Amino acid sequence: MAGVLWLFWKELVRFSKVAFQTVMAPIITSLLFLVVFSHVLEGRVTVYEGVSYTEFLVPGLIMMSVIQNGFANSSSSLIQSKITGNLVFVLITPISYFEFFVAYVAASIVRGLMVGAGILLVALILVDVPVHSLTVIVTFALLASAILGALGIIAAIWADRYDQMAAFQNFIIMPLSFLSGVFYSIHSLPSFWQTLSQFNPFFYMIDGFRYGFFGVSDVPITTSLSICLIALTLLSSLTLVILKSGYKLRA
Amino acid sequence: MKNGLAVTIENVHKRFGAVHALNGIDFTIQQGEFFGLLGPNGAGKSTLINALAGLVVTDSGHLSVMGFDVRTQYRDARSRLGVVPQELVYDPFFEVRETLRFQAGYFGLGREVEPWIEELLDELDLADKAETNMRSLSGGMKRRVLIGQALVHKPPVVVLDEPTAGVDVELRRQLWSLIKRLHSDGHTIVLTTHYLEEAEELCDRIAILNRGELVALDTKEDLLARGISRTLHIHTREPARTLPPSLADKVKCITDDYIELTFNLGREESSVMQVLDTIRDAGVNVIDIRVEEDDLEDVFVQLTREAD
Repeated sequence: MAGVLWLFWKELVRFSKVAFQTVMAPIITSLLFLVVFSHVLEGRVTVYEGVSYTEFLVPGLIMMSVIQNGFANSSSSLIQSKITGNLVFVLITPISYFEFFVAYVAASIVRGLMVGAGILLVALILVDVPVHSLTVIVTFALLASAILGALGIIAAIWADRYDQMAAFQNFIIMPLSFLSGVFYSIHSLPSFWQTLSQFNPFFYMIDGFRYGFFGVSDVPITTSLSICLIALTLLSSLTLVILKSGYKLRA
Repeated sequence: MKNGLAVTIENVHKRFGAVHALNGIDFTIQQGEFFGLLGPNGAGKSTLINALAGLVVTDSGHLSVMGFDVRTQYRDARSRLGVVPQELVYDPFFEVRETLRFQAGYFGLGREVEPWIEELLDELDLADKAETNMRSLSGGMKRRVLIGQALVHKPPVVVLDEPTAGVDVELRRQLWSLIKRLHSDGHTIVLTTHYLEEAEELCDRIAILNRGELVALDTKEDLLARGISRTLHIHTREPARTLPPSLADKVKCITDDYIELTFNLGREESSVMQVLDTIRDAGVNVIDIRVEEDDLEDVFVQLTREAD
């Protein structure tokens, strides 16, 4: 088995060892959102014709968790290894910068998909969610977790301290994921906020993902898909350039 | 590829801002050598080692391990190099055996490495800690795991960066005997240290770095021979005023019981005899004689001071 697979495997074992925190906790949080919001808003808000608010909420909550956990996996693992210094044991091996990228992003994808699947399975107990296209659902989940995995690598390399990392998470990832149409359609927003939302890349991840369930979305699916693919290409390229340069990893 | 060379360092430069951390370092290490890299703190020892391991990217010059360039042939170079870092770094998520298994995996090693991991655990006296989380180990045990991680892919060249810094006497002895065993098994050993006693005890050849420059590179014996001298201490009960002028300026201290005369000597045996002849001719009564040999520390201090 090649070195890159071992690094990937190490990343999986790492988050599995704390699965209660890395997988169970986000599932429970999402379910709490689902129960509370659907209880309060069910019957009062109709976003799409023929779709109950609780149904509408499920894909958004799943995608929000995929986004947050995809980011959390690569960023927290990498910053811990960087700050405690054990990253040298990876840096002195024959593993290339590209393989390094692949291992961390792949682990982010696995964690994102596990959390997402977990939320879906439990949500199905509470509400019937239709599936319009499984291919679209899986494609967007893969894209989103990969994009956030790459972003997590960038953030962890950039941050020198845990509080800088936390700031990245709390002031960028969290607001962008909350304000991306998880709880509403952007058509229900005033036009200024509608326009602003269109600059939020997470909006397209959620909108496209939701299309996979209901066959309807705020913007055409091709637009969401293109924007996600562009985001993945740009962020992956940036991550690879940073890793290749050795910025903050190799002096 | 140059045969017989474990490490080649050719005119390596590295600057960190205004600091010239490595200033044209140039030397080679033969396969099978026990090589010491000495120098005061900030001399550039760790920078040089990290450059070898690919953790520091040099500004110019070439470095290679077993003939493989550390930049252009990094996969080959790194798989032939084992590095024991100076700090006790570990991943708190994993147990000892897992740590070693993953490390071997990063080098692309499959199941075939598992017997070797068991052997390492035994050798490093960690067998009963194999399933213990890294966090729960003592400092000495963590140090041994670091050594295990450096050896897990069976590299021909092993670099130890201050392996005994902050280690108690007993563990230091244990580590020394382990490192000696690695050397006798055929590994090329590169050891950085600022414990001169350690270099004196272990190394065949020694490079001394100071402020990024190589100030000495020689066998241990030749380096010691460069020492200023030996020092001869003679105690006598004669009153200082009765000493002839040729001896009066050799008085180092006067106590109630004796006067101590000290003579800085060359390496030749005859010089001791010359001093003793002078003493006898002056009719001085000797109660004690002691000869002090310079050690590596004196040489080191002298060389790093000269360079200043």
